[in-house]
Amino acid sequence: MTQLPESTDRKMGLVIDLDTCVGCHACVISCKGWNTENYGAPLSDQDAYGGNPSGTFLNRVHSYEVQPEQGHAQLVHFPKSCLHCEDAPCVTVCPTGASYKRVEDGIVLVNESDCIGCGLCAWSCPYGARELDVTEGVMKKCTLCVDRIYNENLPEEDRVPSCVRTCPAGARHFGDLGDPNSDVSQLVAERGGMDLMPEQGTKPVNKYLPPRPKDTIESEIDILAPLLAPVAENPGGFMGWLDKALDKLPGGDA
Amino acid sequence: MHPAPSVIVFTTLSGLGFGLLMFLGLGLPAVTGWVAFVFFLIAYVLAVGGLLASTFHLGRPERAWKAFTQWKTSWLSREGWCAVVALLVLAPYAAGLVFWDQSFALLGFIGALFSLLTVFTTSMIYTQLKTIPRWNMKLTPVMFLSFSIAGGALLAGQIDAAIALLAIAALVQLAYWKLGDQAFANSGTNMGTATGLGSRGAVRAFEPPHTGTNYLLREFVHVVGRKHAAKLRVISFTLAFVLPILLMWFSPHHFAAVIAVLSHMAGIATSRWLFFAQAEHVVGLYYGKR
Ligand code: SF4
Ligand code: SF4
Repeated sequence: MTQLPESTDRKMGLVIDLDTCVGCHACVISCKGWNTENYGAPLSDQDAYGGNPSGTFLNRVHSYEVQPEQGHAQLVHFPKSCLHCEDAPCVTVCPTGASYKRVEDGIVLVNESDCIGCGLCAWSCPYGARELDVTEGVMKKCTLCVDRIYNENLPEEDRVPSCVRTCPAGARHFGDLGDPNSDVSQLVAERGGMDLMPEQGTKPVNKYLPPRPKDTIESEIDILAPLLAPVAENPGGFMGWLDKALDKLPGGDA
Repeated sequence: MHPAPSVIVFTTLSGLGFGLLMFLGLGLPAVTGWVAFVFFLIAYVLAVGGLLASTFHLGRPERAWKAFTQWKTSWLSREGWCAVVALLVLAPYAAGLVFWDQSFALLGFIGALFSLLTVFTTSMIYTQLKTIPRWNMKLTPVMFLSFSIAGGALLAGQIDAAIALLAIAALVQLAYWKLGDQAFANSGTNMGTATGLGSRGAVRAFEPPHTGTNYLLREFVHVVGRKHAAKLRVISFTLAFVLPILLMWFSPHHFAAVIAVLSHMAGIATSRWLFFAQAEHVVGLYYGKR
């Protein structure tokens, strides 16, 4: 049913650390690897080795440059997948009941055998978290690896979403964001975790940890400055002669 | 948004078809026999043809019937119900007029009501989307309804009503363009809120997540053709409203009426194309685009 549950027993989700993410895209690949051969239809590619490749992914990593008023620009790598919103617009717009939010853990899923591929849920998601698979004609999205996290056939350390398990930097955390004492909730509280596009009213469960402020190493650089001073501002000897000779050539000081 | 031909054809044709059905349901014009047959045929072909076209953009059209299940929450589902009810209720009403010279006025009234509701529910599919500020306006359903009613009057040959209703629709169109052009900026969503990094400085997309294109860019970030928007607005406005009003005013004859209807349809289709092509989805912000 595409009515949203009043509340969910738990709010399972991800906490993504924008300070730690190095933008290696390992989570993108591991997500595609796991999900193309497990829950639901495979994640197809079109023209994968040709001139115009495209394909279905459930997780993608953007990179942004932030230029503060003062100081240097900062590069932020930004992984994005379904945020398993509490007020998920993608669920209520679905005409078939294929999209639903689970009461037990808050995971938003698509029942692919009911999906008619109308695309309306993707239209309603502000985050671009849903992609219609061209080959299958059904909607694909992050399942929070629902087929891993409760899977008793896997060793315990593997019972987390594939992206979390793979991230070499430890930038992705998984847990119950509905429990204020959980590790993830404490991390969010400590680091000022934030919502994406809060004005859209989706109440995302996934949280993003902002990059930590840069330390101000500029004021201390003087200590090493003498050692780093340029060796020759006005070179003499052979280099000096060469410098002047080159300057004299036409177009030399262009 | 990608202006998919199937959706443009659907909203244009079925909007007109249900507009005509609404007038016929109210007994305007009060026709019977063969004339009624032709009127209802045109209305059903437009309405049903439009609905069929809309299934072409589905990934799995064979399961389309499942879309009737979620009327409690989904406008798309409600639209399906209203359309089916309107078409079913008006069938015996039409048969009464065509074959028995009988008007089952109550059926006609219910059919007219559901025809109107169909157009309203269609418009709500777009209006409800907060992700597309240009659509997420109270004026969107007003626009769909005013176009459909004006077009219906034109097709139903209600000359005086058509002139007045086309003039109203034209004003709504102008207001929609005016407000729509400010909607994205007024929505409060920008790259800063999208990334949560806005308070730290100016955010710029540095590198996209993939070198090629993807579903999101194909579906939501349609920039080709927007540059002609201003010209297309003039063309659309002239064809949809100005020309039909002038034709109806100066020579309300059969031939002129046909030209007026065709001109109106072409104009509305162009307006619909703009409705999609100019609609910017907030997801474009993640790609540094609109
Ligand atoms: S991120 Fe998008 S797909 Fe996921 S629950 Fe929210 S609205 Fe739905
Ligand atoms: S694409 Fe599928 S899941 Fe999404 S709204 Fe349509 S039927 Fe529902």
